Amino acid sequence: MEPDHPTSRSGTEPVVHLRGAVALLGRFPALAGVDLDVDRRRIVLLRGANGAGKTTLLRALAGLVPISAGEAIVLGVDLRVDRQSVRHRVGLLAHGTGLYDELSVADNVRFWTLAAGAVLADAESAMIRLGLDGRLSDVSVGRLSTGQRRRTSLACLIARRPELWLLDEPHAGLDKEGRDVVDELVRDAAAAGATIILSSHELDRAIDLADEIVTLGGGVALDDSGAGGDGHVA
Amino acid sequence: MLHDAWLIARKDLKLEIRSRVALNQVVPFALLVLVLFAFALDPDRGLLEKATPGLYWIAVLFSGLLAMQRSFAVEAADGVTDALRLSGLVPAGIYLGKTLSVAVQLLVLEMLLGVGVAVLYGTSITGWLLLLATIVVATAAISTAGTLFGVVAAGLRVRETLLPLLLLPVLAPVLIGATRAFEAALSGTPSEGWPWVGLMSVFAAVYVVAGIFGFGPLMEES
Repeated sequence: MEPDHPTSRSGTEPVVHLRGAVALLGRFPALAGVDLDVDRRRIVLLRGANGAGKTTLLRALAGLVPISAGEAIVLGVDLRVDRQSVRHRVGLLAHGTGLYDELSVADNVRFWTLAAGAVLADAESAMIRLGLDGRLSDVSVGRLSTGQRRRTSLACLIARRPELWLLDEPHAGLDKEGRDVVDELVRDAAAAGATIILSSHELDRAIDLADEIVTLGGGVALDDSGAGGDGHVA
Repeated sequence: MLHDAWLIARKDLKLEIRSRVALNQVVPFALLVLVLFAFALDPDRGLLEKATPGLYWIAVLFSGLLAMQRSFAVEAADGVTDALRLSGLVPAGIYLGKTLSVAVQLLVLEMLLGVGVAVLYGTSITGWLLLLATIVVATAAISTAGTLFGVVAAGLRVRETLLPLLLLPVLAPVLIGATRAFEAALSGTPSEGWPWVGLMSVFAAVYVVAGIFGFGPLMEES
Protein backbone atom coordinates (compact mmCIF):
# COMPACT_ATOMS: atom_id res chain seq x y z
CA MET A 1 0.00 0.00 0.00
CA GLU A 2 1.46 3.34 -1.02
CA PRO A 3 1.38 5.90 1.80
CA ASP A 4 -0.11 9.34 1.32
CA HIS A 5 2.96 11.45 0.74
CA PRO A 6 3.15 14.37 3.17
CA THR A 7 5.04 17.51 2.32
CA SER A 8 7.32 19.42 4.62
CA ARG A 9 8.01 23.11 5.17
CA SER A 10 10.35 23.01 2.19
CA GLY A 11 7.58 21.63 0.01
CA THR A 12 9.38 18.34 -0.56
CA GLU A 13 8.58 14.92 0.80
CA PRO A 14 10.17 14.67 4.26
CA VAL A 15 12.57 11.85 5.00
CA VAL A 16 10.80 11.29 8.31
CA HIS A 17 7.12 12.01 8.90
CA LEU A 18 5.58 11.03 12.22
CA ARG A 19 2.14 12.01 13.47
CA GLY A 20 0.95 10.73 16.81
CA ALA A 21 3.37 7.81 16.55
CA VAL A 22 3.03 5.34 19.38
CA ALA A 23 5.50 2.55 20.12
CA LEU A 24 5.02 0.09 22.94
CA LEU A 25 7.76 -1.73 24.81
CA GLY A 26 5.65 -4.46 26.36
CA ARG A 27 2.70 -2.46 27.62
CA PHE A 28 4.71 0.70 28.26
CA PRO A 29 4.27 3.44 25.65
CA ALA A 30 7.93 4.40 25.10
CA LEU A 31 6.66 6.70 22.35
CA ALA A 32 3.31 8.16 23.31
CA GLY A 33 2.33 10.14 20.22
CA VAL A 34 5.39 11.69 18.61
CA ASP A 35 5.03 14.31 15.86
CA LEU A 36 8.13 14.89 13.79
CA ASP A 37 9.07 15.97 10.27
CA VAL A 38 12.65 15.87 9.07
CA ASP A 39 13.72 17.09 5.64
CA ARG A 40 16.51 15.68 3.52
CA ARG A 41 20.06 16.83 4.36
CA ARG A 42 19.02 18.05 7.80
CA ILE A 43 20.91 17.27 11.01
CA VAL A 44 18.45 16.87 13.86
CA LEU A 45 19.43 16.59 17.50
CA LEU A 46 17.17 14.63 19.82
CA ARG A 47 17.58 15.67 23.40
CA GLY A 48 15.84 14.71 26.58
CA ALA A 49 16.35 13.06 29.90
CA ASN A 50 17.10 9.37 30.26
CA GLY A 51 13.96 7.42 29.43
CA ALA A 52 12.49 10.23 27.35
CA GLY A 53 12.21 7.93 24.34
CA LYS A 54 15.26 8.93 22.26
CA THR A 55 16.62 5.44 21.74
CA THR A 56 13.17 3.99 21.09
CA LEU A 57 12.49 6.72 18.53
CA LEU A 58 15.74 5.99 16.70
CA ARG A 59 15.03 2.24 16.74
CA ALA A 60 11.49 2.82 15.55
CA LEU A 61 12.75 4.95 12.65
CA ALA A 62 15.12 2.11 11.76
CA GLY A 63 12.16 -0.27 11.58
CA LEU A 64 13.28 -2.26 14.61
CA VAL A 65 10.44 -1.24 16.95
CA PRO A 66 6.87 -1.52 15.66
CA ILE A 67 4.68 1.57 15.51
CA SER A 68 1.36 0.56 17.00
CA ALA A 69 -0.64 3.75 16.34
CA GLY A 70 -0.37 7.01 14.42
CA GLU A 71 1.46 7.74 11.17
CA ALA A 72 5.08 6.79 10.55
CA ILE A 73 6.64 7.24 7.12
CA VAL A 74 10.40 6.96 6.70
CA LEU A 75 12.09 7.38 3.31
CA GLY A 76 8.67 6.99 1.72
CA VAL A 77 7.97 3.68 3.46
CA ASP A 78 4.95 3.36 5.74
CA LEU A 79 6.38 1.67 8.81
CA ARG A 80 2.96 0.52 9.96
CA VAL A 81 2.68 -1.55 6.77
CA ASP A 82 6.27 -2.60 6.15
CA ARG A 83 9.15 -2.22 8.59
CA GLN A 84 11.61 -4.39 6.71
CA SER A 85 12.12 -2.58 3.44
CA VAL A 86 13.41 0.62 5.04
CA ARG A 87 16.09 -1.12 7.07
CA HIS A 88 18.83 -1.48 4.50
CA ARG A 89 18.49 2.24 3.68
CA VAL A 90 19.21 3.43 7.22
CA GLY A 91 22.36 3.24 9.30
CA LEU A 92 21.91 2.88 13.04
CA LEU A 93 24.74 3.51 15.46
CA ALA A 94 23.31 1.99 18.62
CA HIS A 95 24.57 1.40 22.14
CA GLY A 96 25.67 -2.10 21.13
CA THR A 97 28.58 -2.17 18.71
CA GLY A 98 27.00 -4.64 16.29
CA LEU A 99 30.44 -6.21 15.85
CA TYR A 100 31.82 -9.73 16.18
CA ASP A 101 34.45 -9.71 18.92
CA GLU A 102 36.48 -12.59 17.49
CA LEU A 103 36.75 -11.09 14.01
CA SER A 104 39.28 -8.42 13.15
CA VAL A 105 38.35 -4.82 12.47
CA ALA A 106 38.84 -5.35 8.73
CA ASP A 107 36.79 -8.56 8.70
CA ASN A 108 33.92 -6.83 10.50
CA VAL A 109 33.88 -3.78 8.26
CA ARG A 110 34.18 -5.88 5.10
CA PHE A 111 31.42 -8.27 6.20
CA TRP A 112 28.88 -5.54 7.00
CA THR A 113 29.84 -3.63 3.85
CA LEU A 114 29.28 -6.64 1.60
CA ALA A 115 26.10 -7.52 3.51
CA ALA A 116 24.74 -4.08 2.61
CA GLY A 117 25.49 -4.65 -1.05
CA ALA A 118 28.39 -2.18 -1.13
CA VAL A 119 31.84 -3.02 -2.47
CA LEU A 120 35.12 -3.70 -0.67
CA ALA A 121 36.54 -0.35 -1.79
CA ASP A 122 33.85 1.29 0.38
CA ALA A 123 35.05 -0.73 3.37
CA GLU A 124 38.67 0.23 2.79
CA SER A 125 37.91 3.94 2.42
CA ALA A 126 35.70 3.85 5.53
CA MET A 127 38.52 2.31 7.56
CA ILE A 128 40.96 4.93 6.30
CA ARG A 129 38.48 7.68 7.16
CA LEU A 130 38.12 6.39 10.72
CA GLY A 131 41.85 5.78 11.19
CA LEU A 132 41.40 2.02 11.31
CA ASP A 133 43.75 1.12 8.49
CA GLY A 134 47.23 -0.22 9.11
CA ARG A 135 48.05 -1.95 12.38
CA LEU A 136 44.54 -1.77 13.84
CA SER A 137 42.82 -3.43 10.91
CA ASP A 138 44.04 -6.91 11.84
CA VAL A 139 43.28 -6.64 15.56
CA SER A 140 40.30 -8.57 16.94
CA VAL A 141 37.46 -6.27 17.93
CA GLY A 142 37.39 -7.89 21.37
CA ARG A 143 40.84 -6.44 22.04
CA LEU A 144 39.95 -2.87 21.11
CA SER A 145 39.23 0.01 23.46
CA THR A 146 35.68 1.36 23.68
CA GLY A 147 36.57 4.29 21.45
CA GLN A 148 38.18 2.06 18.82
CA ARG A 149 35.09 -0.15 18.78
CA ARG A 150 32.94 2.92 18.30
CA ARG A 151 35.12 3.95 15.36
CA THR A 152 34.75 0.45 13.89
CA SER A 153 30.97 0.63 14.21
CA LEU A 154 31.04 4.01 12.50
CA ALA A 155 33.20 2.63 9.71
CA CYS A 156 30.63 -0.13 9.17
CA LEU A 157 27.90 2.50 9.05
CA ILE A 158 29.52 4.87 6.56
CA ALA A 159 30.61 2.03 4.28
CA ARG A 160 26.91 1.15 3.87
CA ARG A 161 26.21 4.67 2.52
CA PRO A 162 22.82 4.98 4.26
CA GLU A 163 20.30 7.63 3.28
CA LEU A 164 19.24 8.16 6.88
CA TRP A 165 21.79 8.11 9.72
CA LEU A 166 20.43 7.33 13.17
CA LEU A 167 23.12 7.96 15.75
CA ASP A 168 22.50 7.08 19.39
CA GLU A 169 25.11 8.86 21.50
CA PRO A 170 27.71 8.92 18.71
CA HIS A 171 30.23 10.82 20.83
CA ALA A 172 30.12 8.39 23.74
CA GLY A 173 33.42 6.69 24.50
CA LEU A 174 35.40 8.76 22.02
CA ASP A 175 38.32 11.08 22.70
CA LYS A 176 38.33 14.64 21.36
CA GLU A 177 39.90 13.63 18.09
CA GLY A 178 37.29 10.90 17.65
CA ARG A 179 34.46 13.29 18.42
CA ASP A 180 35.80 15.73 15.85
CA VAL A 181 35.86 12.92 13.30
CA VAL A 182 32.22 12.09 14.09
CA ASP A 183 31.18 15.72 13.62
CA GLU A 184 33.06 15.91 10.35
CA LEU A 185 31.45 12.69 9.12
CA VAL A 186 27.99 13.95 10.00
CA ARG A 187 28.50 17.28 8.22
CA ASP A 188 29.95 15.57 5.15
CA ALA A 189 27.09 13.08 5.05
CA ALA A 190 24.51 15.85 5.20
CA ALA A 191 26.34 17.76 2.48
CA ALA A 192 26.30 14.61 0.35
CA GLY A 193 22.51 14.32 0.69
CA ALA A 194 22.01 12.12 3.74
CA THR A 195 19.76 12.99 6.66
CA ILE A 196 21.02 12.63 10.20
CA ILE A 197 19.12 12.23 13.44
CA LEU A 198 21.25 11.93 16.52
CA SER A 199 20.81 11.84 20.24
CA SER A 200 23.54 13.08 22.50
CA HIS A 201 24.12 14.15 26.06
CA GLU A 202 27.09 16.21 24.80
CA LEU A 203 24.81 19.14 24.16
CA ASP A 204 27.44 21.83 23.53
CA ARG A 205 28.98 19.84 20.73
CA ALA A 206 25.71 18.44 19.38
CA ILE A 207 23.91 21.80 19.30
CA ASP A 208 26.74 23.21 17.19
CA LEU A 209 26.31 20.31 14.82
CA ALA A 210 22.52 20.36 14.54
CA ASP A 211 20.25 22.27 12.17
CA GLU A 212 17.24 21.48 14.34
CA ILE A 213 16.65 20.40 17.92
CA VAL A 214 13.82 18.20 19.09
CA THR A 215 13.24 17.74 22.78
CA LEU A 216 11.61 14.52 23.88
CA GLY A 217 9.90 14.07 27.21
CA GLY A 218 7.60 11.30 28.35
CA GLY A 219 7.61 9.73 24.90
CA VAL A 220 6.40 12.83 23.06
CA ALA A 221 8.13 15.65 21.19
CA LEU A 222 7.90 18.86 23.20
CA ASP A 223 7.40 22.38 21.92
CA ASP A 224 10.60 22.83 19.93
CA SER A 225 9.94 19.76 17.75
CA GLY A 226 10.43 19.77 14.00
CA ALA A 227 6.76 19.00 13.41
CA GLY A 228 5.74 22.44 12.38
CA GLY A 229 7.30 23.86 15.50
CA ASP A 230 10.33 26.11 15.51
CA GLY A 231 13.09 23.68 16.13
CA HIS A 232 15.58 25.49 13.94
CA VAL A 233 18.88 26.42 15.46
CA ALA A 234 19.88 29.97 14.84
CA MET B 1 19.99 -15.38 -1.52
CA LEU B 2 22.94 -17.63 -2.34
CA HIS B 3 25.32 -14.65 -2.18
CA ASP B 4 24.00 -13.84 1.30
CA ALA B 5 24.28 -17.49 2.34
CA TRP B 6 27.89 -17.59 1.22
CA LEU B 7 28.69 -14.36 3.11
CA ILE B 8 27.18 -15.71 6.33
CA ALA B 9 28.79 -19.14 6.03
CA ARG B 10 32.20 -17.66 5.33
CA LYS B 11 31.86 -15.26 8.26
CA ASP B 12 30.72 -18.00 10.66
CA LEU B 13 33.52 -20.34 9.64
CA LYS B 14 36.07 -17.55 9.95
CA LEU B 15 34.70 -16.82 13.44
CA GLU B 16 35.16 -20.46 14.39
CA ILE B 17 38.67 -20.62 12.98
CA ARG B 18 39.70 -17.48 14.86
CA SER B 19 37.96 -18.33 18.16
CA ARG B 20 38.87 -22.05 18.05
CA VAL B 21 35.85 -22.86 20.22
CA ALA B 22 35.03 -25.89 18.07
CA LEU B 23 38.62 -27.12 18.19
CA ASN B 24 39.21 -26.48 21.88
CA GLN B 25 35.81 -27.41 23.30
CA VAL B 26 33.48 -29.25 20.92
CA VAL B 27 35.97 -31.80 19.57
CA PRO B 28 37.39 -32.73 23.01
CA PHE B 29 33.83 -33.02 24.33
CA ALA B 30 32.86 -35.33 21.48
CA LEU B 31 35.90 -37.55 21.98
CA LEU B 32 35.26 -37.60 25.73
CA VAL B 33 31.73 -38.87 25.13
CA LEU B 34 33.15 -41.70 23.01
CA VAL B 35 35.69 -42.58 25.70
CA LEU B 36 33.01 -42.59 28.41
CA PHE B 37 30.81 -44.91 26.34
CA ALA B 38 33.83 -47.18 25.91
CA PHE B 39 34.44 -47.21 29.67
CA ALA B 40 30.79 -47.93 30.39
CA LEU B 41 30.45 -50.80 27.91
CA ASP B 42 34.00 -52.11 27.75
CA PRO B 43 33.37 -55.20 29.94
CA ASP B 44 31.08 -56.47 27.19
CA ARG B 45 33.04 -55.92 23.97
CA GLY B 46 30.27 -57.47 21.90
CA LEU B 47 27.71 -54.99 23.20
CA LEU B 48 30.04 -52.07 22.46
CA GLU B 49 30.52 -53.28 18.90
CA LYS B 50 26.78 -53.73 18.46
CA ALA B 51 25.99 -50.31 19.88
CA THR B 52 28.71 -48.44 17.97
CA PRO B 53 26.42 -46.84 15.33
CA GLY B 54 24.02 -45.50 17.95
CA LEU B 55 26.81 -44.28 20.22
CA TYR B 56 28.47 -42.54 17.28
CA TRP B 57 25.34 -40.62 16.34
CA ILE B 58 24.50 -39.75 19.94
CA ALA B 59 28.01 -38.30 20.27
CA VAL B 60 27.44 -36.35 17.03
CA LEU B 61 24.10 -34.98 18.27
CA PHE B 62 25.38 -33.91 21.67
CA SER B 63 28.48 -32.29 20.22
CA GLY B 64 26.50 -30.76 17.37
CA LEU B 65 24.24 -29.05 19.90
CA LEU B 66 27.25 -27.14 21.17
CA ALA B 67 28.10 -26.01 17.64
CA MET B 68 24.51 -24.92 17.00
CA GLN B 69 24.27 -23.00 20.25
CA ARG B 70 27.54 -21.31 19.44
CA SER B 71 26.26 -20.39 15.99
CA PHE B 72 23.50 -18.25 17.50
CA ALA B 73 25.35 -17.09 20.61
CA VAL B 74 27.71 -15.05 18.40
CA GLU B 75 24.71 -13.28 16.86
CA ALA B 76 23.17 -12.43 20.24
CA ALA B 77 26.17 -10.43 21.43
CA ASP B 78 26.33 -6.64 21.59
CA GLY B 79 23.69 -5.55 19.12
CA VAL B 80 24.64 -7.96 16.35
CA THR B 81 21.07 -9.23 15.97
CA ASP B 82 19.88 -5.70 15.21
CA ALA B 83 22.79 -5.19 12.84
CA LEU B 84 21.79 -8.36 10.99
CA ARG B 85 18.17 -7.16 10.72
CA LEU B 86 19.38 -3.84 9.30
CA SER B 87 21.98 -5.39 7.03
CA GLY B 88 19.79 -6.01 4.03
CA LEU B 89 20.71 -9.71 4.06
CA VAL B 90 17.82 -11.93 3.00
CA PRO B 91 16.64 -14.03 6.00
CA ALA B 92 16.56 -17.17 3.84
CA GLY B 93 20.18 -16.46 2.93
CA ILE B 94 21.10 -16.09 6.58
CA TYR B 95 19.38 -19.40 7.31
CA LEU B 96 21.15 -21.24 4.50
CA GLY B 97 24.50 -19.70 5.42
CA LYS B 98 24.24 -20.68 9.06
CA THR B 99 23.07 -24.15 8.04
CA LEU B 100 26.06 -24.54 5.73
CA SER B 101 28.47 -23.38 8.42
CA VAL B 102 27.02 -25.78 11.01
CA ALA B 103 27.08 -28.61 8.44
CA VAL B 104 30.77 -28.04 7.65
CA GLN B 105 31.62 -28.09 11.36
CA LEU B 106 29.57 -31.26 11.85
CA LEU B 107 31.28 -32.98 8.92
CA VAL B 108 34.71 -32.26 10.40
CA LEU B 109 33.48 -33.48 13.78
CA GLU B 110 32.02 -36.65 12.26
CA MET B 111 35.28 -37.46 10.51
CA LEU B 112 37.20 -37.13 13.79
CA LEU B 113 34.58 -39.19 15.63
CA GLY B 114 34.81 -41.83 12.90
CA VAL B 115 38.54 -42.13 13.55
CA GLY B 116 37.81 -42.21 17.29
CA VAL B 117 35.29 -45.04 16.86
CA ALA B 118 37.68 -47.05 14.72
CA VAL B 119 40.49 -46.65 17.24
CA LEU B 120 38.60 -46.88 20.55
CA TYR B 121 35.92 -49.42 19.64
CA GLY B 122 37.97 -51.41 17.13
CA THR B 123 35.24 -51.06 14.52
CA SER B 124 36.16 -52.28 11.06
CA ILE B 125 34.71 -49.93 8.47
CA THR B 126 32.74 -51.48 5.61
CA GLY B 127 30.04 -50.22 3.24
CA TRP B 128 31.81 -46.94 2.52
CA LEU B 129 29.28 -45.64 0.01
CA LEU B 130 26.35 -46.05 2.38
CA LEU B 131 28.36 -44.66 5.29
CA LEU B 132 29.30 -41.54 3.33
CA ALA B 133 25.75 -41.03 2.04
CA THR B 134 24.40 -41.41 5.57
CA ILE B 135 26.88 -38.91 6.93
CA VAL B 136 26.06 -36.33 4.26
CA VAL B 137 22.28 -36.69 4.51
CA ALA B 138 22.15 -36.95 8.31
CA THR B 139 24.40 -33.90 8.60
CA ALA B 140 22.07 -31.98 6.31
CA ALA B 141 19.06 -33.07 8.38
CA ILE B 142 20.67 -32.14 11.71
CA SER B 143 21.95 -28.77 10.52
CA THR B 144 18.75 -27.71 8.72
CA ALA B 145 16.57 -28.51 11.74
CA GLY B 146 19.17 -27.29 14.24
CA THR B 147 19.49 -23.89 12.58
CA LEU B 148 15.73 -23.41 12.50
CA PHE B 149 15.31 -24.32 16.16
CA GLY B 150 18.44 -22.35 17.00
CA VAL B 151 16.79 -19.09 15.95
CA VAL B 152 13.65 -20.00 17.93
CA ALA B 153 15.73 -20.24 21.10
CA ALA B 154 18.17 -17.45 20.21
CA GLY B 155 16.36 -14.53 21.79
CA LEU B 156 15.59 -16.26 25.05
CA ARG B 157 17.66 -16.13 28.22
CA VAL B 158 17.15 -19.88 28.66
CA ARG B 159 18.42 -20.70 25.16
CA GLU B 160 21.24 -22.97 26.37
CA THR B 161 18.79 -25.35 28.03
CA LEU B 162 15.85 -24.79 25.70
CA LEU B 163 17.59 -25.73 22.46
CA PRO B 164 18.36 -29.34 23.48
CA LEU B 165 14.82 -29.72 24.83
CA LEU B 166 13.35 -28.53 21.54
CA LEU B 167 15.79 -30.13 19.17
CA LEU B 168 16.59 -33.59 20.50
CA PRO B 169 13.02 -34.93 20.20
CA VAL B 170 12.76 -33.47 16.71
CA LEU B 171 16.00 -35.15 15.67
CA ALA B 172 14.97 -38.56 17.01
CA PRO B 173 13.99 -39.79 13.52
CA VAL B 174 17.41 -38.74 12.21
CA LEU B 175 19.13 -40.55 15.07
CA ILE B 176 17.14 -43.71 14.32
CA GLY B 177 17.66 -43.47 10.56
CA ALA B 178 21.38 -42.75 10.73
CA THR B 179 21.91 -45.53 13.27
CA ARG B 180 20.01 -48.09 11.18
CA ALA B 181 21.84 -47.05 8.01
CA PHE B 182 25.22 -47.36 9.78
CA GLU B 183 24.24 -50.77 11.16
CA ALA B 184 23.34 -51.93 7.67
CA ALA B 185 26.62 -50.63 6.23
CA LEU B 186 28.78 -52.16 8.96
CA SER B 187 26.96 -55.51 8.86
CA GLY B 188 27.42 -55.83 5.10
CA THR B 189 23.73 -55.45 4.18
CA PRO B 190 23.70 -51.98 2.60
CA SER B 191 20.38 -52.50 0.82
CA GLU B 192 18.66 -52.29 4.22
CA GLY B 193 20.25 -48.90 4.86
CA TRP B 194 19.28 -46.94 1.77
CA PRO B 195 15.58 -46.49 2.70
CA TRP B 196 16.74 -44.78 5.89
CA VAL B 197 18.92 -42.45 3.84
CA GLY B 198 15.84 -41.64 1.75
CA LEU B 199 13.82 -40.90 4.88
CA MET B 200 16.48 -38.54 6.19
CA SER B 201 16.63 -36.81 2.81
CA VAL B 202 12.92 -36.06 3.04
CA PHE B 203 13.42 -34.79 6.60
CA ALA B 204 16.23 -32.46 5.46
CA ALA B 205 14.20 -31.22 2.49
CA VAL B 206 11.20 -30.42 4.70
CA TYR B 207 13.39 -28.41 7.10
CA VAL B 208 15.15 -26.55 4.29
CA VAL B 209 11.80 -25.37 2.97
CA ALA B 210 10.56 -24.56 6.49
CA GLY B 211 13.77 -22.65 7.19
CA ILE B 212 13.71 -20.65 3.97
CA PHE B 213 10.18 -19.45 4.65
CA GLY B 214 10.15 -19.43 8.45
CA PHE B 215 13.55 -18.07 9.42
CA GLY B 216 12.66 -14.42 8.70
CA PRO B 217 9.59 -14.22 10.96
CA LEU B 218 11.38 -16.20 13.65
CA MET B 219 14.39 -13.88 13.48
CA GLU B 220 12.03 -10.91 13.95
CA GLU B 221 10.74 -12.46 17.17
CA SER B 222 14.16 -13.47 18.51
